[in-house]
Amino acid sequence: MNIAVCVSHVPDTATKIKIGTDGKSIDSSGVIYTINPYDEYAVEEALKTKEKYGGEVTIISIGGEANKETIRKALAMGADKGILLKDESVKDSFAIAKALAEELKTQNYEIVFFGKQSVDYDNAITGQLTAELLGFNCVSTVVNLKIGNNKIIAGREIEGGREVVETELPAVITTEKGLNEPRYASLKGIMAAKKKIIREKPALQKENLTEIFKMDKPPEKQPGRILGTDSSAVFELVKLLHEEAKVI
Amino acid sequence: MTKKIIGILEQREGKLKKVSFEVLSLVSRLASQLNLNSEAIAIGNEIENINEISKYGITNVTHYKNNKLELYSSSAYREIITNHAKEADAGYIIFPDTALGRDLAPRVSVRLNAGCIIDCIKVDSSSGDITAVRPVYSGKALIEVKLKSAVKVLTIRPNVFKPVITEKTAELNITVKDAALPDLKTRVVKIKKSDGKLDVAEADIIVSGGRGLKGPENFYLVENLAEALGGAVGASRAVVDAGWRPHSDQVGLTGKSVSPSLYVACGISGAIHHLAGMSSSKYIVAINKDKDAPIFSVADYGIVGDIFDILPTLTKKIKRLKYKELGDLFEENSM
Repeated sequence: MNIAVCVSHVPDTATKIKIGTDGKSIDSSGVIYTINPYDEYAVEEALKTKEKYGGEVTIISIGGEANKETIRKALAMGADKGILLKDESVKDSFAIAKALAEELKTQNYEIVFFGKQSVDYDNAITGQLTAELLGFNCVSTVVNLKIGNNKIIAGREIEGGREVVETELPAVITTEKGLNEPRYASLKGIMAAKKKIIREKPALQKENLTEIFKMDKPPEKQPGRILGTDSSAVFELVKLLHEEAKVI
Repeated sequence: MTKKIIGILEQREGKLKKVSFEVLSLVSRLASQLNLNSEAIAIGNEIENINEISKYGITNVTHYKNNKLELYSSSAYREIITNHAKEADAGYIIFPDTALGRDLAPRVSVRLNAGCIIDCIKVDSSSGDITAVRPVYSGKALIEVKLKSAVKVLTIRPNVFKPVITEKTAELNITVKDAALPDLKTRVVKIKKSDGKLDVAEADIIVSGGRGLKGPENFYLVENLAEALGGAVGASRAVVDAGWRPHSDQVGLTGKSVSPSLYVACGISGAIHHLAGMSSSKYIVAINKDKDAPIFSVADYGIVGDIFDILPTLTKKIKRLKYKELGDLFEENSM
């Protein structure tokens, strides 16, 4: 099966965010970037699919030279080759999806995996947008996946339960935590990844449809009151929740 | 011709969800601020509470009705909404930011050449157009965003935009359309409910537990308190990763971002990824034995103490409050 995984290169989740001088983006100095955590589930699922059905796994990322590090990580896990769509500018999900779709449609991919969202802008829509642009079926936030005979049966986490979705290939699947346990790259895998090819090409340039004109830290919460150190403080707490906060 | 603003309503098991009324209230407000015509779309089979729509200031609703549409089908729902929006000359479409809304809104956006802002927590129209605020970097920052496209699509976070019941009750005009032969290429075949429990993403009160509970067998303390409060049970990443709780309960990064009216954190230290997902809650209560736990820095009310001692007492007091006046409770407390 011809399989693609789209990955993004994002600040490590433990990063403290500082707003940049432009007031519209983060100050990236000193920030450690890594593979988007949800994309690791996507890579793992792609590798499992390949192990079952054969074929090839291509990793695609859009961004600058630094994204190669994230592509290499996926190659070290076992993917076959990488494509870097070079673009140093800040793109929104629409521009990214259009550039990805442009690349994806040049090959006959049967299934394309995305992490359900990237943890930078938290835009959980790039996979769905790309599917629509490609005319592929799509199931998002998948926690359970079975592929066979062109059919897909996918479990999706929804509020208060799980949906079972049926569709057909070709499809885009966006992956949620719980789908699998991403493998660690072995030393052999890391060595092999160094020899694997990452092709570079310019990304298709499309206009952003969204415009960010301000980025701020959320309002700081004032530390509240410590009401006590044992269950004798409970009455005071209930009273405050009832009379002051009026939430119960 | 005046452009339209359309609210997309979500039903589950033939009942409009609470977030649908939040969508309606926002649509109604924006329609009057931006001088737009408003309407709503509901897709499903029988919808028992559809008449409640008029309470929220919307009088025109189209109900696409077909028993095959009771469960979500992204392909069919997308087709229906796209066609409707084109015909109605929609300028704005508002979806709930739910599992369904997040899946569907981007699909519709592509079809309409529209931009889409998801997870909005604030929507302002004072500039004559829509400006939305949404969290990024898992809630560590907020951005103000505008859309440059002609048609604009938004999804709104549940529990943030309160449903507002309007004074005047105009007559509701329901147009029922038979969505014959829907495109069911991608469809939900069944829903496995998780014991009918309330989900953290939609709950107005959440009681979360962390490592401080010492083991999954002690989570009943959190469950009991949640039940007494009529809220949902949440969990920290640590206990989800340890397998004590399902991922659907996880609050924070790689889990859900929530903004309930009341968030009670029990035995949760408050790692940065947890705080990011819950610090926008209206009121936060922290119960933790470590007085230096970061959770206290965001809590409105804290008790530094043993959760095994405090939670049962708190549950008992809240149960009593439900049928007693506080004065009675006070008397009882002083005894």
